[in-house]
Amino acid sequence: MLAFILRRLAQSIVVMLVVALISFMLFRYVGDPVASLLGQDSRLEDFEALRERLGLNDPAYIQFFRFIANAIQGEFGISYRLQQPVSELIMSRLPATIELAFTSALIALVVGVTLGVFTALRPKSLSTAVIMTLSLVGVSLPTFLIGIGLIYIFAVELQWLPSFGRGDVVDLGWWRTGLLTESGLRSLILPAITLSLFQLTLIMRLVRAEMLEVLRQDYIRFARARGLSKRAINFGHALKNTMVPVITITGLQLGSVIAFAIVTETVFQWPGVGSLFINSVQVVDVPVMAAYLMFIAFVFVVINLIVDILYYAVDPRLRVHASGSGK
Amino acid sequence: MTEPIISVRNLVVEFPLRRGLFTAVNDVSFDIMPGEILGVVGESGAGKSMTGAAIIGLIEPPGHIAGGEIYLSGKRIDNLPPEEMAKLRGKRIGMVFQDPLTSLNPLYTVGQQLVETIRRHLPMNEAQARQRAIELLGEAGIPSPETRIDSYPHQFSGGMRQRVVIALALSAEPDLIIADEPTSALDVSVQAQIIKVLKQLCESRGAAVMLVTHDMGVIAETATRMIVMNKGRIVETGTVGDIIKRPKEEYTIGLIDSIPSIRDETRRHEVTPAATQLVKVENLTRDFDLSPSFFDRLVKGSKRSVVKAVQDVSFGIRKGSTYGLVGESGSGKSTCARMLVGLIPPTSGRVLLEDEDIWESGSGTQKRRQRVQMIFQDPYASLNPRWRVGDIIAEPMRALKLVSGKREAEERVADLLEKVRLDPIVMRKFPHEFSGGQRQRIAIARALSSQPEFIVCDEPTSALDVSVQAQVLDLMRGLQDEFGLTYLLISHNLAVVRQMADDVGVMHGGVLVEQGPVDEIFDDPKVEYTRMLLNSVPDISKVE
Repeated sequence: MLAFILRRLAQSIVVMLVVALISFMLFRYVGDPVASLLGQDSRLEDFEALRERLGLNDPAYIQFFRFIANAIQGEFGISYRLQQPVSELIMSRLPATIELAFTSALIALVVGVTLGVFTALRPKSLSTAVIMTLSLVGVSLPTFLIGIGLIYIFAVELQWLPSFGRGDVVDLGWWRTGLLTESGLRSLILPAITLSLFQLTLIMRLVRAEMLEVLRQDYIRFARARGLSKRAINFGHALKNTMVPVITITGLQLGSVIAFAIVTETVFQWPGVGSLFINSVQVVDVPVMAAYLMFIAFVFVVINLIVDILYYAVDPRLRVHASGSGK
Repeated sequence: MTEPIISVRNLVVEFPLRRGLFTAVNDVSFDIMPGEILGVVGESGAGKSMTGAAIIGLIEPPGHIAGGEIYLSGKRIDNLPPEEMAKLRGKRIGMVFQDPLTSLNPLYTVGQQLVETIRRHLPMNEAQARQRAIELLGEAGIPSPETRIDSYPHQFSGGMRQRVVIALALSAEPDLIIADEPTSALDVSVQAQIIKVLKQLCESRGAAVMLVTHDMGVIAETATRMIVMNKGRIVETGTVGDIIKRPKEEYTIGLIDSIPSIRDETRRHEVTPAATQLVKVENLTRDFDLSPSFFDRLVKGSKRSVVKAVQDVSFGIRKGSTYGLVGESGSGKSTCARMLVGLIPPTSGRVLLEDEDIWESGSGTQKRRQRVQMIFQDPYASLNPRWRVGDIIAEPMRALKLVSGKREAEERVADLLEKVRLDPIVMRKFPHEFSGGQRQRIAIARALSSQPEFIVCDEPTSALDVSVQAQVLDLMRGLQDEFGLTYLLISHNLAVVRQMADDVGVMHGGVLVEQGPVDEIFDDPKVEYTRMLLNSVPDISKVE
């Protein structure tokens, strides 16, 4: 187990180094940072002095090492646009995105698994047909349309929920949460549902397909022949066997929910990292873009590590394999 | 006279299909007394498994019981509501399935599965149930059950898993055990042990057993009375001795005739002892490196581990003869076969085809592919379901560029189909339109398509019913006489080998422990292992 985690960590470090190289190259080749820092009408000496001060005249590998050393300390330079340290900017936006992503992942997981199991156990009932048809709508409608639709119905027509923003937040010192105030929670509902809808249908269809497959297995027939209760068979034996692929997909989806919540954040004007990124792209704010790239890679690496460890917990067959002890 | 445990009266099971009503079980009646083992035989589709499923109430929809009654100890059970029926399952009626590799949930320890079942049926707490689970595993013949109880199913071998399955089926002391092909997926030596365990446990508990199998030998060794089923109906009922020695119905006679026996000494054709050796295998060795990765070795100091699948095997096959290779699973038979046809390279040693090393690089490969072909075990898996039969058979010719035009290929395919006794028209069809036996004929036609001299047959009939097996073996023999083919026949079915082979090699743990002419090996085995194999074969000739 330990060797396995160590091996995964080593792989993760390689991935992070590659991503670091790419974002470093962003710095070097997407526009001249000095030109963006100084105005058009600066003197050539100023350019040269700034180059020297920023270490841009050093060989590329030394700059790369410096970049990585800074990145490890959470130091990504200063945003061109907002003139604030990038790490501070991201940290101030991160709680909003994380709260939104985890809430929507939770909705997707709970509702998706429940509906998936339900539709698998009643493959022929009317409600299954209705759910499956609606789920098709869920996958095929683009996120922004769903978001706008929900805003129109619940915010404009019914006026139950706010249409944009994050509501009031409570500052916990290092984390500003919207989960502790009523307006914060109310603001969370619509974007969370919008963001979760696609994942929800995906998880539901996956669980249903896996579950139907598992229910055909011999050990389920044998469990029935042993006289176990329906509950024990469906949830104890069948559901657990569907979990491995579901964990994989959910993990990857959680990563993309954090990384690509951009559309939803834009529609709902949610103050998260996604909208920060969009705004930075528009003005070629390279430090923010590079840091965002690193951050997203880090999120995916961590989630994949957790997914791999979860496999271990779920499937005993993998434990034997990885420890190399054989039979 | 005591009351029968289970009594089935005029049972009818129907499946409404798109093309109409299919009657899987038709007017079946029988009784099983306490402590009695009733054998149910028949070929696939005879309705024997369906009868078992009907008794325990596990018919897959849309199938249903359309008529008749089932009584368990005098109480009618076929019309019970599903919840009531679920309470009977496991408690009063236990069931053992065919494949022990798939009938246990891989994610729970055997202990968890046993305790779950015991606590469902008997009023016990966790500790008592665990104690009982350990006892059950011990009785089923699992060594040191106290430690093994916390193992997962994949940590057991096939035979051991079937013991666990039997322990599970017996955990609530049911009155009736339905064993559906309990040993068909196991090696002969393991099969004998499992039959013994099942028999002992049922005797000691006075449980009745319904033993469903296609293997007449198993029934001959275990059961007291038997039923022969065909197409959903009972053909014949009687004691095992009566039916096997004095079958009355034509179907039963045909069925028993088609079962090869290891005592059968009728020879088919003589190969001149002086015939030259077509294939020679010299000191063939194959290792599989199962070492953990370099990283693991570095971090944890794990050692390299190498499995010697085949060790120093040498034999020769005479032209026009059949060489039988027998042994249990894991003995290296199939690895040997793969090296002979060139699917995996040997670690050391040589395979000579008329004094030419088939592993010599370059021109050897093309030649080998033409002269050596293979027939696989499972005719359902070895034919591409998306291809038409004609294309499947023509593929080797096309790949080896043995035919020039489309017309010529078609003529050859038609010719080949006739040779394997199929209508040439079928070349337009897809494999799923054929039965298992017909598919194996197609596989044979494909193997013949490159006009090989040497065909390796890896368990060619083990997926087939006995009567179909007899037809396929007949065909293989006919083709051998017609084309002077040389076969390497790999089989765990010793009776088939006795019937087909001229020479036999016995493999055990990767080593060829004994070889010689077939009669010599079967009548007078020199090695203890061969004797053990022969003795554990359930054979109908053992019935008095």
